[in-house]
Amino acid sequence: MTDAIPESAGAAGRITTRSPMSDGEWHRLHPLTPLLRGGLFLLVMIGILIANLRERLFELFFPVFTDLPPGVMPPDPVDFLFSNNLFLIAAGAVVVVLVILLGAFRLSWRFHTLRIGDDVEVRSGVLFRTHRRAPLDRVQGVNLTRPMVARLLGLAKLEVVGAGLDANVRLEYLSAKDADALRGDILRLASGRRLAEAGPGAAVGGSFVRATAEAVGSGIQGLVEGEDFSDAEPESIVRIPLGRLVASRILSGSMVWLLVLVAAIVVAASISTVWLLFTVVPTFLAYGAYYVRSIARGLRYSIAPTADGVRLTFGLFTTISEVVPPGRVHAVEVRQPLLWRPFGWWSISVNRLSGRSSTDSSTDQLAAVLPVGTRDDVERVLRILAPGLPPDGWADVVRDGLLGPVADDPYVTTPGRARILRPLSWRRNGVLLTADALFLRRGWIWRSLSIFPLARLQSIGLHQGPLARAMRTARLAAHVISGTVQTSVAVLDRDAALTVMEETARATVAAAAEDRTHRWAG
Amino acid sequence: MTNTPDFPERTPPPAELRADERPDGTAAGGARPVTPEPATPRDAPVWDEGTYPRILEPRGAGRLPLGDGTWHQLARAYVRVQVISQGAFLLLVLAVAAGLQVFLGLQWPWIPAGALAVITLVGLIITPRQARSFGYQLRRDDLVFRRGILWQRVVAVPYGRMQLVDITHGPLDRGFGIAQLKLVTAAASTGVTIPGLTQAAAEQLRDTLIAVAETRRTGL
Repeated sequence: MTDAIPESAGAAGRITTRSPMSDGEWHRLHPLTPLLRGGLFLLVMIGILIANLRERLFELFFPVFTDLPPGVMPPDPVDFLFSNNLFLIAAGAVVVVLVILLGAFRLSWRFHTLRIGDDVEVRSGVLFRTHRRAPLDRVQGVNLTRPMVARLLGLAKLEVVGAGLDANVRLEYLSAKDADALRGDILRLASGRRLAEAGPGAAVGGSFVRATAEAVGSGIQGLVEGEDFSDAEPESIVRIPLGRLVASRILSGSMVWLLVLVAAIVVAASISTVWLLFTVVPTFLAYGAYYVRSIARGLRYSIAPTADGVRLTFGLFTTISEVVPPGRVHAVEVRQPLLWRPFGWWSISVNRLSGRSSTDSSTDQLAAVLPVGTRDDVERVLRILAPGLPPDGWADVVRDGLLGPVADDPYVTTPGRARILRPLSWRRNGVLLTADALFLRRGWIWRSLSIFPLARLQSIGLHQGPLARAMRTARLAAHVISGTVQTSVAVLDRDAALTVMEETARATVAAAAEDRTHRWAG
Repeated sequence: MTNTPDFPERTPPPAELRADERPDGTAAGGARPVTPEPATPRDAPVWDEGTYPRILEPRGAGRLPLGDGTWHQLARAYVRVQVISQGAFLLLVLAVAAGLQVFLGLQWPWIPAGALAVITLVGLIITPRQARSFGYQLRRDDLVFRRGILWQRVVAVPYGRMQLVDITHGPLDRGFGIAQLKLVTAAASTGVTIPGLTQAAAEQLRDTLIAVAETRRTGL
């Protein structure tokens, strides 16, 4: 729905990309953007008005309930305006403010333009101009977020994830169709493929009102039909039944803590004061909210391989759909909380550059790649998360890494003499280096496996404290970008750890030299 | 850049230091099939000027061994700078506490001041030993860094992973002609900071590292 800016339209001789949005010219965002961005402000104003008029409305509709004598109005700024005949002036002032605000948002919308050529560029600001340009070969992922309100209007936010703090390019808002096409184009351009010629321009100008009506219409229709993104051709490779999702959240580690907490409070209440029981209520409310949120987020979950990386979608109300290109996953961890073991469920989280500050809560959301899944699901997800690794080895990875140790275990594990430092997990606690990845296996009660693709490993370290020295052991630490994945395994035999470190250092250099994923189409 | 880099892109010279560098002829020999190309000491006069001659290691036989290759170390001036700055801090803390007692008659400042003084004193005592445990080695494809006696840490950073090299020196550092060199990769946990190089060595090392990183540039 965005129209090319007239003055730059002359140079539109060669069009290399498919969608009209990414033809290398400057485009504007969706015309409804000012409404959504200014919408919050309007809501606040309406709220203030209603709060001020509350008494009055009450008086008007339910005169019985007010304790004022009939006919007497409560003291109110509105009365003041009425009694002094300032009503028209006040109304005029409100209208002027609204018009100015709308004009300002409209102006900022006019100045907010984007261009997708060899880079992603965004210009914004009226007085303080900013111009942000992100090189396409450093793209770490592209997010499409559709908050509830924007979804009603048929809009979506597009976020091009860069490497670095606050390095993302945000495009708010685009029509869902444009955003989808744009994401496809950005990824295709980033992959290094040339795009086919665009057909004759089908860009219709359309009036503002018609555009609005169309957008709202299609948005509502999409909501009714459960519209999804158009590039959703590939089928999700994992289905999470609702029962499993709910059960997995209830059986997660936080449930244990909740039970412990409740038990403690009950015991405390029974031996001292009864009113302590009431403190359970807020605890339950907080946990309930947490569970509802995490379950709602896991609904509509889908993960699928596409030509341009892994496409992840989740969220019931606010739908987030993200494409992670190949080679953007720096570390993977497969974990199994204790209570999931009888069911054979696992979860997968990754370390990746999200382009946000580490305090941003949405970072964690995008890290959890598989909320819960069976062993087969894990194998399928791992296969598409690390496509550089040999495809036939994953069954072994799952067998040895997740369920192991089994017969002829390939992992270098804790030596028997240091068993006392890992009394339960010493057979499992270990490390394995393959040609493409480093695997760290830990835990007998809480089993986990961390996988580090060597092409992404930044450096490798060995640590040794006095106790470890006495035991002749060492701790191996893989250094990757920060995230939730555990990156080290302790109590390895010193000589074995030294060997692994040396070989990893060599293999890392080789893997990094061969890595071509910044332009993954080759 | 006119100087020759320390690590050889060419054929490495024989490691004459290998025999005496190996701390204990343990099974480490069998467990280390890797033979990293050792650096050539004669090519790098600047880096070893005024430095310690030998890395200080923990005594336990289970320590992380030095392995092959030449370790470059910190300049001796680093310890002097540390002793001066930490000693000055110690005196300042004691002076403040004493001043508070003399002029205001307060007794309690001696408690935090005493704690601070003890911590600083311990630091002051171990600094000379600690400084001798730092070492870095420029191998063909990566930089190896080690530090620590009680808590040993060895890190290998491939040259191509370097995002930037940082040199900082405070006023006291400048007086003694030393600088701190910090190697930054995309991973915060890499944590390679070489604190006490001579300024010439730091600058030469920086230029060399940048030049080599450029030839082996990789993605993130």
